[in-house]
Formats: sequence, structure tokens, C-alpha cells
Amino acid sequence: MSTYAKKQGFGATLWDFMTTVDHKKIAILYLISGGLFFILGGLEAMFIRIQLAVPDNNFMSAGVFNEMITMHGTTMIFLAAMPILLGIMNAVMPLQIGARDVAFPFLNSLGFWMFFFGGVMLNLSWFLGGAPDAGWTSYASLSIHSQGHGVDFYVLGLQISGFGTLIAGINFLVTIINMRTPGMTYMRMPMFTWTTFVVSALILFAFPPLTVGLTLMLFDRMFGANFFDAAAGGNTIIWEHLFWIFGHPEVYILILPAFGIFSEILATFSRKRLFGYSSMVFATVLIGFLGFMVWAHHMFTVGLGPIANAIFAVATMAIAVPTGIKIFNWIFTMWGGSVRFTVPMLYAVSFIPSFTMGGVTGIMLAAAPADYQYHDSYFVVAHFHYVIVGGVVLGILAGITYYWPKIFGTMLNETLGKFTFWLFLIGFHLTFFIQHFLGLWGMPRRVFTYLPGQGWDISNLVSTIGAMFMAVGVIILLINIIITSVKNVRVGNDPWGDGRTLEWAIPSPPPFYNFKQLPLARGLDAYWIEKMEGKKEMTPAEPLGDIHMPNGSIIPICITFGLFVASFGALYNMDADKPWTIPVIIIGLLITFGSMLIRSIKDDHGFHIHKEDLMDDKDKEVKA
Amino acid sequence: MKKRLRKWRLISLFAIMTLILAGCGEANLSALKPAGEVAQKQFDLMVLSTLIMVVVIIVVVILFVTAIVRFRRKDGDESIPKQVEGSHKLEVIWTTIPILLLIIMAIPVVTYTFELADTSAMEVKDKDGKTKDAVVINVRANLYWWEFEYPDYGIFTSQDLVVPTDEKVYFNLEASDVKHSFWVPAAGGKMDTNVDGVNQMYLVFDSKKSNEAQNLFYGKCAELCGPSHALMDFKVVTKSKDDFNSWVKSMQTVAKEPKVAEGELAQQGQEIFNQSCIGCHAVSTSGNGAGMGPNLANFGERERIAGFLPHDKENLKNWIKAPDDYKPGNTMAGKYGELTDEQIDALAEYLLNLKVEDK
Repeated sequence: MSTYAKKQGFGATLWDFMTTVDHKKIAILYLISGGLFFILGGLEAMFIRIQLAVPDNNFMSAGVFNEMITMHGTTMIFLAAMPILLGIMNAVMPLQIGARDVAFPFLNSLGFWMFFFGGVMLNLSWFLGGAPDAGWTSYASLSIHSQGHGVDFYVLGLQISGFGTLIAGINFLVTIINMRTPGMTYMRMPMFTWTTFVVSALILFAFPPLTVGLTLMLFDRMFGANFFDAAAGGNTIIWEHLFWIFGHPEVYILILPAFGIFSEILATFSRKRLFGYSSMVFATVLIGFLGFMVWAHHMFTVGLGPIANAIFAVATMAIAVPTGIKIFNWIFTMWGGSVRFTVPMLYAVSFIPSFTMGGVTGIMLAAAPADYQYHDSYFVVAHFHYVIVGGVVLGILAGITYYWPKIFGTMLNETLGKFTFWLFLIGFHLTFFIQHFLGLWGMPRRVFTYLPGQGWDISNLVSTIGAMFMAVGVIILLINIIITSVKNVRVGNDPWGDGRTLEWAIPSPPPFYNFKQLPLARGLDAYWIEKMEGKKEMTPAEPLGDIHMPNGSIIPICITFGLFVASFGALYNMDADKPWTIPVIIIGLLITFGSMLIRSIKDDHGFHIHKEDLMDDKDKEVKA
Repeated sequence: MKKRLRKWRLISLFAIMTLILAGCGEANLSALKPAGEVAQKQFDLMVLSTLIMVVVIIVVVILFVTAIVRFRRKDGDESIPKQVEGSHKLEVIWTTIPILLLIIMAIPVVTYTFELADTSAMEVKDKDGKTKDAVVINVRANLYWWEFEYPDYGIFTSQDLVVPTDEKVYFNLEASDVKHSFWVPAAGGKMDTNVDGVNQMYLVFDSKKSNEAQNLFYGKCAELCGPSHALMDFKVVTKSKDDFNSWVKSMQTVAKEPKVAEGELAQQGQEIFNQSCIGCHAVSTSGNGAGMGPNLANFGERERIAGFLPHDKENLKNWIKAPDDYKPGNTMAGKYGELTDEQIDALAEYLLNLKVEDK
């Protein structure tokens, strides 16, 4: 008897989600909160484009504009794109490898709540004296110089949500290494699982430098340390290195899962296995590895000298090779296939040229001497929006539409989906293509206004109009989601009809234990193999037996809430006139460590679903 | 649909190429209208990389369009395509060709990286410790204004950078408060002005190209530095070597004997200046005072007020009255108390008559 069938009141549902350790429900939490932050970041983007629509505009002040760009970048990267991708990973990856949950369900919940409270904390800055205003990169000289508490919110908010991401990454690594179903060897794992695996490794190695950087900045701002104070012997370039040693792999943390999603979609709707699977795996790993070797290409103009610049230029160009391999493999996945243009497939198909555009400007940027011109101009803005919107956001939209039936058990409306797709795609190219030229015509990025007569007026207006298209597309998507949820037409196991991987072999949404019996994976595209042999279900790899499941827990929220409270104390502690901060820090830390203590001393063995409860009528008949 | 898609792609490709090759944007501001050796090299690199990339895009688009057009699923088609694992031959092709393309690109990239970083001429000094035969300018970036020092001539100026044409002009770059970045798009790429140390670079301003730009190039701050980052503009005035030398001479003359204000209003202004402004602003070309504010010695000959407002008395008065209304976050506001309208008028009169070249 599935708990899904029970009708619950709102309070009970809320409590259920607050205490859940089920990867599918945590995925929904990630998607909802990531979605809300995405809308917030989108609004900020619209405000930015409105301000820049015409020269000399005074829609908002210079200070507020800098807060907008900072929060737009930070929100979109840390609080929208990454959580939504983590949400999709949570929803899909355990199903793809035939697992009943992730390795550490409790940590999974903890990771989510850390991200969530970190994000809330960051955004509360709007109401508590101003948001951070030193750019999402928060370069040290400016962020140390920045008045008010904005940058402190940035430091503490990202620190907390960064821990959440790190926890999620470790959890996924352990899950993929240990919990693959019998027969699911590494080289039989679906591409999305592979990218999740590589991304988790990237998170594991990329987030610690950020943590270190943020800690140093925290010490500088809170305790008057001088790590980044050049006048006192510190060095601001260290921040730039730390930030980009994290920041560049971060770009791949975002794009690789999108690559994975597209690989699944392209194979599914071409009815053909992924072309060159092993070279795709190899390319993914190589991109992940090279991603750590190229961070200084963000710093070509810092003055590192020609030797460093030349090395990093060549290393950066090298990434084009594995990325090119992927592009061609996707095209050849469609080649000879039977291509059906559903909404997810439209996103996947349009992704190929859009991302190629962003990729080639990436190579242009890698040419260090030419980069001296591109750097910090609108050319760079165009480039990274081409890869992040043309790659990651298209990937997210594709992934959400594709996996919507698996996560929620309903299908998004295809017609509305196509409206969203076309508006978004046209708007995207309209907004960002012209920005390449704005940059080459001398427009620096992060300018709150520009004077007329520099040849930038019409192009900026075009860009703003494009942004409106994207906004309308997103609004239609929201309407689509509401309509779909209200209609609530349930779908079966494999609603797209061409599912290839394990997640499509079980009901949509799956029961909370996922697989009654762990399936036997007999090759790549395990479900497809069974289908081709005329079977409707997977061959079980184990006899029906009791299933051990973890109990839900409120402790993750408590641990995180304590940190959230303590952060506010720490934040205001540097103000001389606020004596209440020390008690607040203590109370916060007591909540956190108290909760951890309870977790440590209270034995929680979880529970078993008994064999008899798992048997449906069919099984019983067979037995009888 | 398929034709339209292909046509659209081709048109946009041609659009890129024409725009890139024809050059575009304003002659005094665009990286696509290179005004000297440095910008020219960077432009050449842009063209080379763009060409290679356009080839890549064309190949991808042709394969892509063919794939999505030829292999569309017909209605009711339930056939299962052949499940192809991959192709070693193809994999090798699309691994090696990109590598070859990248090598073609990498060679000029590495060469130019070293060439553009060659500032060794700055180190060659004569026996007085002056740079032997290179113009060296020390650039100091401050919250929303630029200081230019010519160490070999012993003169300072700010906001308007004066350079000779047809020779390498060398720069020492640093910042005094937060990180900025020094960028004259038409003359070449940017370099950061760090708070931690001095960066060196050079630019060349071609005399013919300078004429096309009316001998006036736009300079920008390219690194987010606070609220008024967008307004941290400067101008580059190019002069022939002879004109440049005579400008240097006049600047040096003023350094020795500072100008005395002429006319009653201007003299009044000078008194006010000496009470309220001199703490931060120098009016002699020989120094930068305390380095707190721009040197104003040749203020009357500048191109803009505060780096971006039209150069007239009205704007100057408005600026002095409320700097924060124009450049939020600047360090000038509130430093000199309330001035009456008459005082500001006198001050403006004085400042606009601060000229070094008028004979």
C-alpha cells in the first residue's frame, strides 16, 4: 500500500516534505525552491534589461543596479541552475541505476535544507539593508571596500548553501559507486548518471576552494584580518585564484548534467542508442578533468605574465576537443534514427547549434591576446549566456519537461510547451547575439547606464526586447504547469513511449521504495533491451523480500536552522552597537549541535516493508 | 521549415562575417576599428579565430540540419532504427580535425601573447635614470577618475591622456583604492590596474587612424569598481610627436611657474579654490597634491567634466554643487562644505580658465 494513495491535509503534506528523506520528494523540494529562485533571478534580469533598454536611463540607481547584477548572477548560478539540476539528479539518478534511494537519505535532506536556508539568507539581504553589490565574483578589493552588510550576506549565504551542495555531491558519488543494481556496470550506466557522477566529483574538488575563499573573506570582514587587504600586506589576486579555481569547474558542474539530459533525450526520441557511448563517457571525464586546468583564463588581464597566459590559453582550447566529440556524437545519434519532435526533443535539438555558438566564442576567448579586448566587455556577457542559457537553461527546461511525468505522474501540455520553446529560443538569440557586438564596440559589462552617441543604443533595445520574449515564454511555462497540475491526468510507466533506461520501467511517479525487486541490467539501455525482447517489465535480480527503508526526520531542518540563526548573529556582530549578536550566535550553534547530538545518540534503524505488503494481486495469484 | 532554417542560419553567418570584416562601431571606441599595432594584432586574431569557428559552425549546421530533416519520424512509423554503437573512423576524424584547427590558432596566440607582453624598452634607462627612448606613462586608477603621470618629464595630468602617435606608448598601471581596468578599445585590449602591484603594457596609436577618430579615443574602466563604474570614462588625445613635445614643454613651463588667474571673477574663484579644493586637487602640473583628486592644471582644455559630462560651465557648476547626483559613490561629495551659487560660479570661471597651451 503506497503512501501516495492517501489523501493528506495541507499540514500533513507540509510536515511530510519537511521531514522526508525520500530522494523523489527531496527532488521536488529542489525543483520548487530552485524554480522560485529562478523566477527571482529572472525578475532581476528583466530589471537589468529595462534599465539598459535606453541610454541614460534612470529606472534604478547605480547602487541598486550593482545589487541587481550581483544577485542575478549569484541567484541564477547557486540558487536556481544548480539546485534545479540537483533536483533532476535526485529524481532520476537513483532510478537510472536501479537503487531504492541514495546512499545517505538523511544527508540528502540535510543538503537540501542547507541550500534552501543559505538561499533564503542571501535573499533576505534585500530587506535588511541592501543586497551584496560586488558582482557574483565578489572580487576582493571591491568586496572589502563595499559598505553595509550586503557582502556579509553573500559570504554566509553561499557558505551555508555551498555546504549543502558539497553534501549532495558526496552523497551522489557514494550512491553511484555502491548502489548500482546487479548487472549495472559502470559502462552500462545511462549518460545522465555518468554526468551526475563526474559532476559530483567536480563538486567534491571545486567547492573546498570556494569554502576557503569565503572563510578568508569572512575573517577579513568580520574580524579585521588582512588576507585581501593589499595595504596591510594581503593580496587580492589570491581571492581571484580561489574563486576561479572553484568558478571554472562550477561552469562544468552546470553544463555536464545538461549534457547528460540531452544525451538521454536525443537517444530516446531518435529511438536509437547514444552514438559513441564510450567516447561520450571519455569526453565527459576529460572535460571534468580539464575543467580544473584552465581557471586562469578568467584572469588573462590580471597581469599574470605571458607564460601563464599562453599555457592557460592552450589548455583552454584543448577543452574544445572533447566538447566537439560530444556535439558530433549527438548529431550522429539522430543520424539514421527516427526523430520525433516532442518538446524535450525541440529543446535538445535547438541546444546543439545554440551551444555550439557559445562554445566557439569560448575558443575565441581562449586566445589570450584577443581576450584582452573581449574580457569584461559585453562579448563575455554574450558568451557565458550562450553557454549557460543555450546550454544549461535549455537543458533544465528539456529535463523538466522530459522527466515531469516521472516526477509528478502527469504530462505537461505539448502545445503550450512549444509556445514556451519558440518564445524562449527566439528571445534568447535576440537578447544575447547582439551583445557579442556590443562588447566589440567597446561596451564594458556591469555598467548601470551608458551615454548616447557611442553606437550602442539600438542594440541594447533589441537585447531588452529579446529578454521580454524569454519572460513571456517562462510565464507560459508556469501557466502550463498550473493547468497540468489542476487537470491531473495520470500517465503510465513509459509515457513518451520510447523510454530506454530503468526509470521508465516503473510507475510514474514510482512507489516510495522505487523497485519492488531490484532489476537486472543486461546492458546499456537496460529497459530498451527488455522491450525489444517483447517484455513489459525488467527481469528481477532478487526474489521478492522485505525492503529496509529509512525513517523521515525533522533533524536536518533543525541543524540548518541553527546555522541560519547563528549566521545572523555573526553578520551583525561586527557592528559595535549590537550586543544581542553573541547570544544569537550561541543559541544558533546550540540548536545545530544539539540536533546533531540527538541524531548521534538516538538510534534510528528505519523500518521494513514486509514482503506481504509488497505483493499485489498478481503476485498473490501466482503464489496461490 | 527546413529551407527556412538553413537560410536563417546562412544569413546570420554572413551577417557575422560582413560585420566582422567590414569593421563596425565608432572609430574612437570600437575594437573592430583597430587604431594601432596592438589592436590590429588582436583584431587579426579575432578574424582568424572567427573564420575557423565559422567553418566549424558551418560543418555542424550542415550535419545537424541534414540529420533533423532526413531522419524525421513519419506519422505512425513504428520501425526501430538500427542501434549503432558508434564509429571509430568518425571518432578519429572529429578528434583530429579540431586538434589541427586548434594548433593553427594556437601558434599566433602564443606568439602574440609574448609579443604584446614585451615591455622591455621601459627598463632601458639613460644615466639620469630616465627611460631612454620610450614614452612611459604611469596610470593610477582611483574611484571613478584616472591620473596620468609622465615620470620622465615630471608632469601630471588626469582624465585626458595625451599620447604621441606612431610609436609605442608604455604604461605602468596601478590602482589606489579598488581594482579597476584600463581599456582603450580602439587602441588595444585592457589590462587590470591592481591594488597589489604594477602592471605593464604598451599601446600604439597610428596617426592616420587617429585622424579618422578626430584624434580623440574613448577609454573605459572595464572592472566593476562600485556604483559609478559605468561613468569612469577617460579620453585619449593623440598628438603628432612634435605637437606632443610642445605640449610637454608647455606643461613643464606651467609646472615651474603656475598660472595666475586673470579677471576678477576668476581671481575670486582662485581664492575659493585655495580654501576649499586645494587639499585634494593640484593645479600645478608638477605633482598630484595628496593624490586624493584629479590634477586640474589643464582643466580648461579637457574634453569632459568629471570624465563624462559635456565640457561647459553649466555642467561644471552642477557637478561642483552635487557630485553625488552625477557620479554616485564618488569621494568628492561632502569634502568642501556648502558653497553659494556665486562662489560656485567664480570657481567654475577659474577652473575653465586653467589652460596650459593657450599662448
